[in-house]
Formats: sequence, C-alpha cells, structure tokens
Amino acid sequence: MSLLAIEDLYGGYGGADILSGVRLTVDPGEIVVIIGPNGAGKSTAMKSVFGLITVRQGRITFDGKDITRLPTQQIVRHGICYVPQTNNVFTSLTVHENLEMGAYVRRDNYAGQFDKVYDLFPPLRERRNRPAGHLSGGQRQMVAMGRALMMEPRLLLVDEPTAGLAPLFIDQIFQIVKDVNRLGIAVLMVEQNAKKALAIAHRGYVLTLGRNRHEDTGPNLLADREVAEMFLGG
Amino acid sequence: MIELIQLVLYGVVLGSIITLGAIGVSLVFGILRFAHFAHGDMMTLGAYFAFVGYVTIGLPFWLAFPVAAAAAAGVAVLIDQTIYKRLRRSDPVILLISAFGMALILRSLVQIIWGPSNLVYASGIQLPIRIGDLRIKEDHFYIVGGALVLVIGLHLFLTRTTMGKAMRAMADNVDLARISGVNTEKVVIWTWVIAGVMAAAAGIFLAMDTRLHPVMGWRILLSVFAAAIVGGIGRPYGAIAGGMVIGISEEVSTLFINPSYKAAVSFAILVAVLIYKPTGIVGARR
Repeated sequence: MSLLAIEDLYGGYGGADILSGVRLTVDPGEIVVIIGPNGAGKSTAMKSVFGLITVRQGRITFDGKDITRLPTQQIVRHGICYVPQTNNVFTSLTVHENLEMGAYVRRDNYAGQFDKVYDLFPPLRERRNRPAGHLSGGQRQMVAMGRALMMEPRLLLVDEPTAGLAPLFIDQIFQIVKDVNRLGIAVLMVEQNAKKALAIAHRGYVLTLGRNRHEDTGPNLLADREVAEMFLGG
Repeated sequence: MIELIQLVLYGVVLGSIITLGAIGVSLVFGILRFAHFAHGDMMTLGAYFAFVGYVTIGLPFWLAFPVAAAAAAGVAVLIDQTIYKRLRRSDPVILLISAFGMALILRSLVQIIWGPSNLVYASGIQLPIRIGDLRIKEDHFYIVGGALVLVIGLHLFLTRTTMGKAMRAMADNVDLARISGVNTEKVVIWTWVIAGVMAAAAGIFLAMDTRLHPVMGWRILLSVFAAAIVGGIGRPYGAIAGGMVIGISEEVSTLFINPSYKAAVSFAILVAVLIYKPTGIVGARR
C-alpha cells in the first residue's frame, strides 16, 4: 500500500483552482520527484499535503488514514515533515533551537536524534549555538532539513531545496537527500533542477497546468524525449 | 554632577516601569502583529487590582501583587478570546482600532468602579534613604529589583522552556512554527498571560512611585510604545534597552526643559529612531 496517496485533488489558495485533478503516490522508502514548468502546481501539490491550501475536491491519505483538511499543526504528528522552499529556518533561533523546534510535538526521549542530525550535517555541530540567520544558504538548507529530520518522519516533503544555491552546494543537497532516503525515509521532492533530481529518484511525475502529464520511473523519464525537450534543456 | 546622577537613578526607576510595559507591547506585536493600544489601561487595571487586594481586602503586599498580576493576566486572556480572537484574520488596522476602543472601555470601567480621584497604596510620606548627596526611596529598590526579577524570569522562560521557544519561533516565522506542529492559539494565550502579568507589574510599580489614577496607564503609553519601537518592536529583549533609554532620557531632560515636556522627549527619540534606524537600536530584524 502507498504511504502517501493524493487522489484526484482540486484546490488552490481560495481563488481559482491551481490543482485540477492531481494524482500522486509515494511508497515507503521511495524518492519521488515532481517536475514541471512554472505555475504547474508542483509546490501547491506539496502544500496540499500539509493543509496549506484550500482543498475543494479529492482526498489525501497517509498510511491509510485520511488527512485531507487536517489543521497544519496536526499533520506533523502523523510522521510527515515538510521543508518549505523559502523562510524554512527560524532565523533568530540558534541552530540547536531550530532542531528542538523540529521535535516540538515529540513527547518521547529524542536526545539521541540530535547526534544523528549533527552526524548527517557536520558543519551544523560546530555552529549549534549560532543564530540560523547568520549561516550561509547551503548551511541554512541543512538546518531546514535537520529540523524536519528531528521528528524521524516516515515521509519528508522537500520543496525546491537547491533553488538559489551555488552549483557546488546543489550536488551536496542531492547527496543529502540520498543519505536521508538511505535511513529509510521516503522523500517527495519538487525540483527545478530536473535532470539531477530524476537521476536520484525512483519515480517522477511531470505536472502541467495542475494536472498529471507523465508518470514513470526516474531513469525512464530521463530517457523520454518529450520530457527531455520540455524540461531537461534538450 | 550629583543632580545628573540623581536623575539617572530616577530614570532607571522609570525605565524599569516602562520596560515591563514595553515587553508586553513587543511580545503581542511579535505574535499577533498589531499595536496593542489598550496596554496602558491594562497597566492601570493591574494597579487597581493590587489596590483591592492590599487596601480594600487587606492582604499583605507580597500576596496582593501576584494575585493582581494573575487577575490582570486573566482579563488579558478574556479580552483576547472574546474580542481580538474574532478579528485574528482582519486587517491589522481593525485590530488596532478595536484595541483603542478596549482602552476606552477599560479606563471608563476603572473610573466607574474606583472613581476619578487619586488613590494611594499607603498614605504618609516615605523618607528617602540618603547615600551621600543622593536620595533614593525604599520603594525604588523594590521597583527596580522587582523589574529585574521579572525580566530574568522572562528570559529563562523564553530560552529554557518549550513554550518560550515556541513563542520566539512563532514571532520569527509563524508558518514554519505551524509546520513544526506548534498550536499557535495556545502560544497566543501564553503571550497574553505574560503581557498581562508584565503590564500589571508595571502599573503597580507606577502607582507605588506616584499614585493610582484612571488615566495613569494611558499617560505613560506613549513612552511604553516609544520604548518598544526604539528597542525594535517584536523583540522583547530590545524592549529592555528601549525602556532604559526612554526612562533615563525623560528624567535627564528635566535638567534642560520643563518636566511637563517629558513625554515630548520620548516622542522625539521615537521619531529619530524611526527615521535613522527603523528596526530599533538592538540589531536589525530579519
């Protein structure tokens, strides 16, 4: 059974629908990538999972439970974490406090999880007491991912993690996504950098105008001529 | 020189009172994004609550103080849940006007219940303690000491407790706080509890330093807002610096100008800060 299933979803930000019948599934342990042109509804589809848009029609289930229209603050308790594209760290809080906020809803003992996150992102360990706002773009992205991983989620949603980063960091981010996935965490990622994203993905979706256009395995999408012409720069 | 030091001491006392008010204004702005104009009158209400406990009922002062603070916090939460909560999604200007209306309501209630004349916690003259040529009233020690305890308590709350961290996180980035699972309505209630306690303390200290009057809080509101903005609104730590700058400037200014223009001094500082460093004197908000 799918871990996450978005079924025939219509909705947007209160006005006209941005999503007009999106279908999408993520299986346990998968990396799934959503690509598509600007305005295709890629980020909106991701936000729908976290209750950040108005769903007009359709259903979202996680692990068999209906989570459509649940309040945002409750979604995280189900084991899904979301890393937004922008403003994804608490700039005035220290790195360590950002991680603590990631574990906000946990009531069990999660002390060991700090070490796991610091092991995954060594630069953060030595900067743990610095305000996150003082870090470089790449390090902030690490804080953002680290905050999400503090929950030990079963599914991580990542919205364009490489946007605005220098090329040097882009490969690093994709490596991190792979490392995270290796821990057994399923990843759903929206990415502009389609070629590199599909290269690490198990499966991919191409959205246009709020609808599914293609759906295939990562390698097949990379090899598809139409996809290549549209999104991969020929 | 002695006169200057004396005025700086008075400034620290006034600054302590203003700081406690400004912390509440700043916290509320950080969490709810509106200027809470009824804050001065919440200070007044807290001062009168302590009057009821200490003078009317005859409780010892150390007990009347926390009881009044708790009552003021309760009123603050009640106002929020019955009035402001309905306006949460409205334009900030609508919240601001409603806070202005709430200020008038609170002030009128105080006047109806306790009358328009001055009241005092204790009659008689308190002789100042002399240190060299400096004169300090015993109450001044309680005011500055009490403010210090409250500010340290606030600091520990904001940096050591889960709710305090959630409060800072929500002021920083409300969407990300929600995504992290923070129940924002719970944070709002805690914000009003703290703002109410701080306002009551400020009002009680102001009444100890001067006397109780229905417009006491309204009159000091400009200084409180000036302190919050000078310190960088939305940043409770800035409010401490802002409160001291405003308090000391107001008192020291009486060396040069008529004391009735004290409020104009805080207004002038406010305007200058807004022109030259609108994010406040304590760093820049990002």
